Amino acid sequence: MPVKFFLAGFILCSIITSCASPAGGPGSQTTPVSPGAYIQNKGSDTIVNLALAWAERYQGEHADVRISVTGGGSGTGIAALINNTVDIANASRKITDQERAEAMKNGIDAVEYVIARDAIAVIVNPHNPVQNLTLQQISDIYSGKINNWAEIGGENRPIVRLSRESNSGTHVYFLQTVIRLGNANDKTLFSTDTLLLPSSEGIIAEVRDNPNAIGYDGLGYITPEVKKIAVAKTAQGPYSLPSVETVNNNAYPVSRDLYMYTGQNPSQAVRDYLKWIIGNEAQQLVVDLGFVPILGSRAGAAP
Amino acid sequence: MRRAARISEFGITTLIRLAGYSSILFVVLILLFLLREGLPALGEVSLSNLFSTRWYPTESYFGILPLILGSIVVTVGALLVAVPFGIVTAVYISEIAPRWMREVLKPLVEILAGLPSVVLGFIGIQLLSPLLRVALNLPTGLTAFTGALLLGGIAIPTVVSVAEDALNTVPRSYREASLALGATRWQAIWGVTLPSARSGVITAIMLGVGRAIGETMTVMMVTGNAPVMPHGLDALFLPVRTMTATIASEMGEVANGSTHYNVLFFIGITLFVIALAINVVAFMVGYRRRTRAERLLS
Repeated sequence: MPVKFFLAGFILCSIITSCASPAGGPGSQTTPVSPGAYIQNKGSDTIVNLALAWAERYQGEHADVRISVTGGGSGTGIAALINNTVDIANASRKITDQERAEAMKNGIDAVEYVIARDAIAVIVNPHNPVQNLTLQQISDIYSGKINNWAEIGGENRPIVRLSRESNSGTHVYFLQTVIRLGNANDKTLFSTDTLLLPSSEGIIAEVRDNPNAIGYDGLGYITPEVKKIAVAKTAQGPYSLPSVETVNNNAYPVSRDLYMYTGQNPSQAVRDYLKWIIGNEAQQLVVDLGFVPILGSRAGAAP
Repeated sequence: MRRAARISEFGITTLIRLAGYSSILFVVLILLFLLREGLPALGEVSLSNLFSTRWYPTESYFGILPLILGSIVVTVGALLVAVPFGIVTAVYISEIAPRWMREVLKPLVEILAGLPSVVLGFIGIQLLSPLLRVALNLPTGLTAFTGALLLGGIAIPTVVSVAEDALNTVPRSYREASLALGATRWQAIWGVTLPSARSGVITAIMLGVGRAIGETMTVMMVTGNAPVMPHGLDALFLPVRTMTATIASEMGEVANGSTHYNVLFFIGITLFVIALAINVVAFMVGYRRRTRAERLLS
């Protein structure tokens, strides 16, 4: 179901983008079509599903508000914010100092909202005795340096690496944060014999059945039939399992905040929308889509 | 009255002619579209990159060799399953089975042909791949071999159906003559019936190849999709990534007009050329064999 939803979201987005691009990209569509409020929302492909789900639900409840959601990547969204062509930019990373300065030049002081969180769980077969791994060990497994479970305290079995397809946002995030350990100059890639499975369900099924397998996936996709690995930044620990709590207290290292950015004086409609997003109803959709909801009390959330 | 008949006659023949031409038109249009979208890849990616052994498009590694070889490994494996099984089944249905058996088997095979490939893929993931992993002691059950077995299953009904039709068109007198000359039943089948149905049988095999190499859903689900270069025979028991699975899984999320997009279409061109080559070879082989067989039997 999430895969289908993602696909539908993507198709919708690509239709929107392909219609918008001939008009000249940034700077083109700012004219409101109806007397009601019109919110332009653009950016991260990771968030696009969630943003679409929110927009659909919100428009269903507020007939006078129209929200257009587009993907394109975090950079695209922030660039559009800098050029003042969107109301809300989605980003799965923080705005850089350089981007913030550019926005300032155009008179826009970007305001950050944490709207959801995302954890990637590393999973193995329940019969696999390995409980804990460091980020370095996971990196070595996926880049092909470690090829047998015995090298990291498991049974003498070959390691079968599973991953989502290379165009999945999770794949890219995992490559950057885990395999390259966050080092932007690192050119390490997935080992070529990594199995690239087309769906999260495929990964879960193979990990469930195969004691050799290791996989990773968004926390929302993990079922009780597979075993989550406790991950630590260094060998000294502490090792922590992914959960809503460990993500929210920053104990689990493979997690990130998802952001929305606006200018310093968003319209009342945008303010209402952002307020609704951090509310219970919208955060329930976050859970439904496999992300980690933010706690109501998180700083920087309320506009 | 006669005039009306002539007009309707003209209308009908025109319609039929247009229908005939339209298939040519469609193939040409498809080819043109593929070329238009795929050829720019040659300008954007250096040949040494395009024909390298690393496929990782998001970091601009566009080596399509592992994908081509992956498709070949799976297809050849599927043929090793489908050709013997398919032809033997066709011979049984057409030459040996009693009438009631034939009337049960033929529709059953045709039902098998209508089985959606995603269902087979599902069976592959849930049943076949765990079974093969344990039985053959493989690291993972998602291998080229799993894909080949299932693709063989997909190609068998096609092979059986077409080969059986071809065997049926062999005149009864051929069999009777060979039996009258003292040939055993096996000698009549192997020496007379099969050779005279050769062109049809080869068409059956080629349709099977087409079915196997173009199949997408099943291979995407069960072959593991790891773009590894096959080394030697054990490649059959390792994961592979086929051309079709690559296009299917990556086309949906690639930016329109990007290098990656063009390279995916270039893979489509490669697939098209391979399919064309198979058909041309099949036509030539089938044609030559038939004349020789006919000469022998006339």
